[in-house]
Amino acid sequence: MTEIKMAPAAKVLDQDWRNIFRWGAICAITLVFISLVGMPAKLDLRLIINPTLSLGYVSLFWIPVMFGFVASTHIALEGMEVSRPGMRDVLTGLFTGLTGSFGLVLLILGMNNFDITDPLVNWGPPLLDLLTTGRGIGTGILGWMAASAFLGMAGASLHVLTPLLRRIVSSAILGMISIAILEDAIDDLSEGFRLEWLVDLIYAKRGGLTNKSAIIVAIVMAAVSVLAQGKVKKAKANFFALEGPARKKWSVVLFAGTAAVVIILPMFAGGYVNSLLANVGIFLLLALGLNIVVGLAGILDLGYVAFFAVGGYSTAVLTSPQSPWFAPEIGFVPALLVSVVLAGIAGLAIGAPVIRMRGDYLAIVTLGFGEIIRLLFMSDFLKPYFGGAQGIVNVPGVELGFLTISGTDPKGVFYLVLAFSALAIYISWRLQASRLGRSWMAIREDEQVAEAMGINTVNSKLMAFVVGAVLASFAGSIMVARVGSVFPNSFMILVSIIILVVVIVGGMGSIPGVIVGSFVLIGVLGGPRQPGLLQEFGQLKLLIYGALLVFMMLKRPEGLVPSARRSQELHQDEFLQDAWFKGDDEADGSDEQTASAEGEGASV
Amino acid sequence: MSHLLEIKDLQVTFGGLNALSGLNFHIDEGEIVSVIGPNGAGKTTFFNTISGLVEPTSGDILFEDESIRGLDPNQVTALGIARTFQNVRLFPNMTIMENVMVAQHCRTSQNVIGALFQTKAFKKEEEEIRENAKEILSFFGSRLVGYRLDQPAFVLSYANRRRLEIARAMATRPRLMLLDEPVAGMNPKETAELTELIGQLRSEWGFTIVMIEHDMRVVRDVSDRVVVLDHGVPIAQGSYDEVSINPDVVEAYLGRPVENKS
Repeated sequence: MTEIKMAPAAKVLDQDWRNIFRWGAICAITLVFISLVGMPAKLDLRLIINPTLSLGYVSLFWIPVMFGFVASTHIALEGMEVSRPGMRDVLTGLFTGLTGSFGLVLLILGMNNFDITDPLVNWGPPLLDLLTTGRGIGTGILGWMAASAFLGMAGASLHVLTPLLRRIVSSAILGMISIAILEDAIDDLSEGFRLEWLVDLIYAKRGGLTNKSAIIVAIVMAAVSVLAQGKVKKAKANFFALEGPARKKWSVVLFAGTAAVVIILPMFAGGYVNSLLANVGIFLLLALGLNIVVGLAGILDLGYVAFFAVGGYSTAVLTSPQSPWFAPEIGFVPALLVSVVLAGIAGLAIGAPVIRMRGDYLAIVTLGFGEIIRLLFMSDFLKPYFGGAQGIVNVPGVELGFLTISGTDPKGVFYLVLAFSALAIYISWRLQASRLGRSWMAIREDEQVAEAMGINTVNSKLMAFVVGAVLASFAGSIMVARVGSVFPNSFMILVSIIILVVVIVGGMGSIPGVIVGSFVLIGVLGGPRQPGLLQEFGQLKLLIYGALLVFMMLKRPEGLVPSARRSQELHQDEFLQDAWFKGDDEADGSDEQTASAEGEGASV
Repeated sequence: MSHLLEIKDLQVTFGGLNALSGLNFHIDEGEIVSVIGPNGAGKTTFFNTISGLVEPTSGDILFEDESIRGLDPNQVTALGIARTFQNVRLFPNMTIMENVMVAQHCRTSQNVIGALFQTKAFKKEEEEIRENAKEILSFFGSRLVGYRLDQPAFVLSYANRRRLEIARAMATRPRLMLLDEPVAGMNPKETAELTELIGQLRSEWGFTIVMIEHDMRVVRDVSDRVVVLDHGVPIAQGSYDEVSINPDVVEAYLGRPVENKS
């Protein structure tokens, strides 16, 4: 449909210098910023290829590649002539990378001559050593200029490559890096499957791939990607083309397959993978709850962590013998039921006053309530009841009658989390397609009209709060039983924010989106206190969270796996254009013409 | 003899402004009444007051002999008064089907339990909601059904949005329907068609209709009675022919004739 005319490649030296310097300058600033926040130094310990490449260098190397690629991108508008990508663009990338390198050059020279470690903690010899690889200033400067120029050129070359080659190169590099990052998880899984020999073969003793295995992994990943090319898409298209019983059959097969993998895989996994997945599951529960409140009903609740805290504290008080005030020491299951009821009541209690507010005001008030709950648990006033800052410890594990899951048994905890996640997914899914779910959507769209159409908005919004609170209390109870203790500081405002980021990055209002969001953010980067696959990031993960959020808002506001509705909403123009292309509006030809002609007829 | 809707001394003030004052009239079952008047006469305020969006300052509104003053909009809708909006307010990102389904909220009752356990009653009700929605949408011919059912409402053309808004009001199963400028922005052909449909809303669906309209041909063709408002005060009532020659009405629209002082 989109016809783009290709003109011959432009002259090699006919460069758009303004464009190059602009992107080069941004590239330089990014490089200096990343260096000074300490990311390379921190990630240097994590080896991708042992001993050639560490994640620290990767955290710098991708920047010139990206800017080289961006600077040499032509914006192709429909019907306009675009020159064919060629040598000129490769040079554009090279110059952009070279310009970018001056950021690091200045940084190296600066660190060599001045000492401003006081405001900039990462300024100084360690970073200097890292940047010059310990080979002296001159080598460092020339090295970075060459490397950055080369990487910029490499980024730009991606435009020139044929699609197949581009696919091979990108999947080889990305595949290699992902396999290296997944080292701990693969190591952990290999023990269950008795594949330790394979792990020993691929990974070096001190971590990271060996030089040889890096090449092999890259080749294998590229081959897999080329062989699988288009097949996945085709299978998906085939699946959606099916109708009636055939589709139902395949849905059942797919569902059973997924369920089998999810249930069987952890049996072979060790503590590392299971505890990682349990983290993901706890945040998935929270995110599904918040998805109902924010994604469906459109209530921006920034104090969602309050319900997590209520669930956690009620379970701790009811089950722990160390509870300072009231310690009935009942089992996990009755405690969970009571927690759910209490969280529901908390949902009503917090919901009732804030529900009549809208938009920004509501967000600020919920933010306040979230902090109030934490400060109450922290306060001296309630210390005799909830233990103040010392919290409640000695929370026993989960007793289900026929089996007992202690908090230190990652496998058991994982299955517990899995069961509750499945329940939460089911609840979200069923409610979405019900009378209540529709009323939530209507309120999100236009609250006043929803009310005029006979929806009791107060009740519906309170229901959203309560359902969200119940799902959060599941997460709270499980987390407390798992950790064995509860402290007010586990319920910082940051938790609310991170859950919200999971929902937004995953895709608001979309259950698959929320699942993917939890895996990507909590699984890879880690939760507020829980390490993810990239545990070396430490507190830097918050920087990544922020950067990711900004990037997503600019480039893909509907989230990673958007609900159909959200993507239509955010890409209304494209959707309308598509509908128009299909000739959908033929039947209304007469309507269209007069849509703009207002007040026709004998108006007085 | 009781009326379907009775307005008694209705007064609405916003700060110092009298949006409506001393409004007294009634609507009987099965009538089509038009409310007309120049801009700012208080017509939409009148609708907003009946539907519960605006609280009256004094006076009373009786629907089937019971006061609906001070009720929330959703309670008013549940009693059987539905409305459309002057500046079409659909739920743009919900599908056409969902727009009509959600309006049946106050006529249905399934709750969380039914949805979670997929009870028979829940499934039956969902099925009924869908059937009702399709039936209502097919009232407007083929424009809003078929492939359109699953398209978001924002793809609709202006005239179709107006139609969908009427369909949504119909889905609340009202006794009394308030239409706020139903043909604004439509071309003469569409206007004629919708005029006919308004007649059918009464004859086939049994709704009583109150309509705000600026298009005098529509007002003449469908209304049994016309109420004229100016500056919040009713200045005339009666059949179209009576009202159209009433000197007060002519003055309100065109101004006082200049007296020739020669």
